[in-house]
Amino acid sequence: MGNNVIETHDLTKKYGAFVAVDRLNLTVQPGEVFGLLGPNGAGKTTTILMLLGLTEPTSGSVRVLGLDPARQPLSVKSRVGYLPDQVGFYDELTARQNLAYIARLNGIPGSEIDRRVDDALARVGLSHAADKRVRTFSHGMRQRLGLADVLIKQPKLIIMDEPTSGLDPEASHQFLDMIRGLKEEGITILLSSHLLHQVQAVCDRVGLFNQGKMTLEGTVNELAQRVLGGAYRIRVDAQGPQTAIVQALEQVPHVVHVRAADTTIYEVEAAQDVRPEAAQAVIAAGGRLLGLGVQAQSLDDIYSAYYQEVKHEGSHAVSFHPAG
Amino acid sequence: MREATLSHSTQQGERVVSAPRVREGSPWAGMGSVIFKEMADHLSSTRIFILEILIILAALGTIYVATQELQQTVSQDQFLYLRLFTRSQEPLPAFVGLLAFFIPLVSIALAFDAVNGEFSRRTLSRILAQPIYRDGLLLGKFLAALFTLALVCTAIWLLIFGMGILRLGVAPGAEEVGRALLFLLASVFYGGVWLALALVFSVVFRQSATAALASIAVWLFFTVFWGMIAGLLAQTFSPIRIGFPQEILAQANLELALARISPNTLYAEMMVALLQPEVRSLGILLPTQLEGAILGAPLPLGQSVELIWPHFTGLIAACILLFALAYVLFQRQEIRA
Repeated sequence: MGNNVIETHDLTKKYGAFVAVDRLNLTVQPGEVFGLLGPNGAGKTTTILMLLGLTEPTSGSVRVLGLDPARQPLSVKSRVGYLPDQVGFYDELTARQNLAYIARLNGIPGSEIDRRVDDALARVGLSHAADKRVRTFSHGMRQRLGLADVLIKQPKLIIMDEPTSGLDPEASHQFLDMIRGLKEEGITILLSSHLLHQVQAVCDRVGLFNQGKMTLEGTVNELAQRVLGGAYRIRVDAQGPQTAIVQALEQVPHVVHVRAADTTIYEVEAAQDVRPEAAQAVIAAGGRLLGLGVQAQSLDDIYSAYYQEVKHEGSHAVSFHPAG
Repeated sequence: MREATLSHSTQQGERVVSAPRVREGSPWAGMGSVIFKEMADHLSSTRIFILEILIILAALGTIYVATQELQQTVSQDQFLYLRLFTRSQEPLPAFVGLLAFFIPLVSIALAFDAVNGEFSRRTLSRILAQPIYRDGLLLGKFLAALFTLALVCTAIWLLIFGMGILRLGVAPGAEEVGRALLFLLASVFYGGVWLALALVFSVVFRQSATAALASIAVWLFFTVFWGMIAGLLAQTFSPIRIGFPQEILAQANLELALARISPNTLYAEMMVALLQPEVRSLGILLPTQLEGAILGAPLPLGQSVELIWPHFTGLIAACILLFALAYVLFQRQEIRA
């Protein structure tokens, strides 16, 4: 078992005949930021609820911080912070009162509540609004208050469900900065999202969810390699004989695919960074090299390529079994 | 508790020797905080404030009228303070009549959005992610509402006694205080039944308005229709064919038994027995049973309590059963929207 923060083994949740989570094996190491990715209804929230012991798994096992959330829910919930999607507060209470309630539920001694609440509010930049009713808060402020609410119990693991959905770009940027800050403190973070560039910006590893299964798992670069074939997309800008240049580029080791996008622009997909070799190849083929750049793989590309593949397979299967 | 039992059934064989099957910690962890917070909410909410104002105005009005009349008979009556509750004078009804009307209303207002309100505010998943069980949350909410109700009732009681002392100029006797206190207790448990009912609906219906309407509908049913239905049912199942006294008696007994299914009937009978010491039976009295009795002589407190003991336990049982139903439904509910 080691000291993994989260470890699930063949975790399954069924609602009647519907399988929400299907034999999930997930491991998250201490200090890691792990992103659960997938379309709505893929089983991300159900997984999170099972990690917190808020929903009973149908079969399989879960360990969170070495504890079983179904048997030791109190220990798990006092160590794990949960930020639900569209977090709600008691509108008629102030930010401070809302947090103080959570602090009391966590059994934090009365003498310490004030200090902890002030600290948490300061960390998310809401000190100025501490005594305002939550009713007056904007969505971004509520989300930050949600984070303060999680920080009150000084958690070892924070689970966030769609933390940046509905935030404006500035607010989500701030929020992601806060997540990075937490990571630096050594807090393990599990977040689910369908906003890919944000996941890419903060996550060490990601897992792709589809129909209850985690189909792919790894760093963004690993996923790119697996889904897109090449992890690097190199853009070559060169004048000269087109066919000769394409052929020369195709012969460079690790190159997967070459495409002439324009009369002078070539797109090269490669498993490694082959820029020096590509430059040599272009010159050897008699071309005049004008520019050379590498495009970082974006999770967006991986995601859309992957789900297109899945969809394609799905429709394929249906056409074979029209009755089913 | 469901958390433990479910895994028991689903994980058979898979984990025979692993962790103990008992759920960790106390089910009431965090309940104190819940009670504290909920009571603070109730006492500062506009909804309850309006109802309190209404009740207090009604209490002041009826008591004022009652004392005006009672001032004339101060020296002749042993149970002056009980008369404060029961004496009515046109056009105002007796205070107890108002109470039987207000208590269900306040109770329903306290509990109809207890659980679905947390759902619609999206606070439930956040609260349940704290180290507490659902048990503690639900019982905390119920007890907070019950304590609030008890607080409101006690305040009104004290107000009545205070007004009585001011206007009548005599101190209440020990038996009067005892009877009034028991009546206070009965009122709180009567409210508890409606609280628990509203709590059930607040778990069942996701819309607070639906839960409020459903609770009011049940209350109206018992207040307005159940009496008639009990009569009709008694006529159907125990008809008077020939006209023997036994037949008439059987029908009357059946009707009474049916009517007592309604908490309103139970409460009304307790009210009568506790506040009118002369009442010696709540059912049908045959002339033979009255032999040797001095009509109009008050029953001692102990005898009156014996008279209403079944009612009292019945109300508490209904309260507990309804709460248990809410509890089971809440435990089985999925957290996610």
